[in-house]
Amino acid sequence: MSDSILYSVLLLMALGAIAAIVLYVVSKKFYVYEDPLIEQVDALLPAANCAGCGSPGCRAFAEKLVTQDDISNLFCPVGGNEVMKSIATLLGKEVAEKEPTVAVLLCNGSCSVRPKTTQFEGPDSCAISEMVFSGETDCQYGCLGKGDCVAACDFDAMYMDSETGLPVIITDNCTSCGACIAACPKDLIEFRPRNKRDLKIYVACKNQERGGVAKKACAAACIGCSLCVQECPHDAISLENFLAYIDADACTLCRKCVDVCPTNAIIETNFPPRKKKKSKEKKEIKTIQTIDINNNNA
Amino acid sequence: MLRTFSKGGIHPAENKLTSTKEIKRLETPKVVHVPISQHIGIPSEIIVEKKEKVAIGQVIARSAGFVSANIHSPVAGVVTKLDKIFDSRGYQIQCIVIKTDAKDPVNFEDIVYPLKKEIILSPQEILKHITDSGIVGLGGATFPTHVKLNINEDKKLDHLIINGVECEPYLTADHRLMLERADEILIGIKILLHALHIEKAIIGIENNKKNAIALFKNLTKNEEGISVVALAVKYPQGGEKQLVKAILNREVPKNGLPIDVGVIVHNVGTIYAIYQAVQHNKPLIERVVTVTGKKLKNPSNFWVKIGTPVKDLLEAVGGVPEDTRKILNGGPMMGKAIKKLKTPVTKGTSGIVLLSDDEAHRGESTNCIRCGECVYVCPMGLEPHLLMNLTEKHMWEKTYAEDIMTCIECGSCSYVCPSHRPLLDYIRFGKKLTNECKQN
Repeated sequence: MSDSILYSVLLLMALGAIAAIVLYVVSKKFYVYEDPLIEQVDALLPAANCAGCGSPGCRAFAEKLVTQDDISNLFCPVGGNEVMKSIATLLGKEVAEKEPTVAVLLCNGSCSVRPKTTQFEGPDSCAISEMVFSGETDCQYGCLGKGDCVAACDFDAMYMDSETGLPVIITDNCTSCGACIAACPKDLIEFRPRNKRDLKIYVACKNQERGGVAKKACAAACIGCSLCVQECPHDAISLENFLAYIDADACTLCRKCVDVCPTNAIIETNFPPRKKKKSKEKKEIKTIQTIDINNNNA
Repeated sequence: MLRTFSKGGIHPAENKLTSTKEIKRLETPKVVHVPISQHIGIPSEIIVEKKEKVAIGQVIARSAGFVSANIHSPVAGVVTKLDKIFDSRGYQIQCIVIKTDAKDPVNFEDIVYPLKKEIILSPQEILKHITDSGIVGLGGATFPTHVKLNINEDKKLDHLIINGVECEPYLTADHRLMLERADEILIGIKILLHALHIEKAIIGIENNKKNAIALFKNLTKNEEGISVVALAVKYPQGGEKQLVKAILNREVPKNGLPIDVGVIVHNVGTIYAIYQAVQHNKPLIERVVTVTGKKLKNPSNFWVKIGTPVKDLLEAVGGVPEDTRKILNGGPMMGKAIKKLKTPVTKGTSGIVLLSDDEAHRGESTNCIRCGECVYVCPMGLEPHLLMNLTEKHMWEKTYAEDIMTCIECGSCSYVCPSHRPLLDYIRFGKKLTNECKQN
C-alpha cells in the first residue's frame, strides 16, 4: 500500500522534472527578443483597442511607434495630445499635435420634420437597408435610423433617441476614434473641432437635391438658398450641389448664418442663449408702452 | 417522371392569375422617362440634347463599353430634359425625358409585322443587329445579349437552351408571349442557331404551362434539332445553372457559366426581341409586363413602352386596391419593392405584383433552430444559415471560402425558414462586401 503511494509520488516528481527541463531548454532556444519599450508604450496607451489610429489594436500601435523612425503621422485619437506627448518624451521622437475633435451627425431629419413614406421590415441594419432601398423617408441622403453607428461605438458615446429617430452623440464620451464614420453607409458623421466649451456650428444636412425636392422630403433640409453664404463675413461657407458646408477652420462661430437659415438646417451647440436680441425687443416694447402711458396721461 | 434539377428547390403557390389573359397594348404615355442604366454593366452615354426631336426607335443613349447596351427612344417626340428619376429602390438615377408627339400616329398604332421566315443575314450581321438593337436578357437579369453571344473560340458550344420556365409565381409574361408569338419565337431560335453555328436547341417549359408545351411540340414536329422539354414545376428552375442541369443533366462549374459546359441559355422574351431586331430591324423599346395581384380587379398582361411610369400600369388594371401594402418590381420571390410609383418600366421589368396587407408582411425573426431547411432547399448547395452568421460577424474570408459568391439570390432559404430569419438580406450584403474585400 505505502509502496504504491511512494512510486506514484516519485513518478510524478520525475515527470515534473523532465517537463521543467524541456520547458527551460525551449524557452532559451526559441527566445524572441522584444523591445521593452513596446511594453512601456503600450502601458501609456489607453488600451481601448478601438483601431481609431489605423492599427488593429493598442499593442500593434505601440510596436509601430517604437519601430518607426518618423512617427509624426501617427496619432492616438483616444489618448489625444497628452498621451502622444508622454510617448514622445519616452521615445525621444517628434509627434504631431492635433486639435481635439468630436463627431457630429450631419442630419437633422427627426420624425417630426421628415415623414416616413415607406416601411422596412428587414433586419435592423443601416448597411443592409441602404443596399435595399433609399430609406423609409423621401430623403435619400438622410439618416436611416437603424443604429449601425451606435452599435459600432465602443465608448458609450452614442445612443438612439426614440423620439427623433436619430442617433445622439454624447460629446464628453466621444474619443473621435472614427468607428461610427466607418459604420455609416450614408457618410453622415464627420469630425468637427472641439473647443473648450464645445461650441460648434455646422450644416446638419447632406441633401443634394434642389430646394423644392429637398424641402418636400424634409422640413429641416438645406435647400441651397445661399442666404448663409451671403451672410457669412468670413467666407467660411461654400455651396455645392444645393448644399451648404461650413469650413470649421475659417468659421469664427459668429452665429450669423444660424439666424438667416430659413429651414434651421444650421445647428449651433452649447452656445449661451442670445441676450442682445431679446433685450432689444424688450426695450422696444417698453418704450412703446411708455409712450402709450404718456399719451393716456396727456 | 418529368425532368428537373436535383439540388434543393421549393414549390411556392403558383398564383398565375393572368395566364389566360391576352397581352393588351398599354396606351402610350404622354411623357416617358428612359433611364440610362437599364442593364448590368456600364450606364449608356446620352447622345441627344435638350429640345432635340427624336424618332421612334432612334438611339438616344449609346453603349458606353463592352458590357453595356444601346438605348432607343420608345416614342416619337421631343426630348424635354435630361433629368433624374427615382428607380424602384428610391434612389435618383439619370434619365432622358421625352414628350410624346400626340399627333404622330406612329406612337399609338399597333404595328403587326408580317411573319418573315427567311434568314438572309450572315452570322456577323445578325450579331451586329442584336448589338445595335440594345437587346438585354429579358428574364430579369438584363445582361447585354451581345456579350453573351460573343463566345470565345476555345469554348465548344453545342446546345442552345430556350428558357420558357417562368418559375416565379404570379408572372405570366413569358407564358403569354409563347402562346401568342410562337412562330416568331421559333424563327428567333433559328436565327440564333444560324448565328452560333450550332444545330441543337431545346425549349424548356414547366409543366404548369401545358398549352405552351403542346403548341411548341406541334410546331417543332418537323423541325430538326429543335425540341421541347416539359419540366417538373420547381422554383428556381429559371436559373441558368438549374435549367442546364434539369434539361441536359450537366453541372455548370462553381464559378463558371453555362458556356463552360457547351450551353447558352436565353429567355423566350429575349428570343422574340432578337427576331424583331434581326427580321424587322426593330430595337428593344417595349416589353411584356404582367400586372397582377390577388385583390386587383382586372390583372392583365401588357405590351408596355420602356419608360412608362408604373402608375400608368396600375391605373390600367383598375387602380391600387386599398389594402395594398407592397408593390413589387418582378415576382414575389426575387422582385424588389417599388418605393415610388413614378418609377419607369425598364428593360428588366417582367411584372408588377401587388401584395395586400395579409401577404406582404414578414414574420418576426427569431433564433435559428438548426432545422436545416435552408440547407435542404438551397439550389446551389450552400449553407444559408452559416453564411448569415459569418456575414453578421464580418468574416469575409470565411464567407468567400463557403462560396457565398455562387448564391443566385433566389430567396428559397428565406421562404422556408420557420424562424423567419432574414437570410437572403444578409447573404446579399455578405456578397457585396466579400466582393469588395476580394477586390482590395
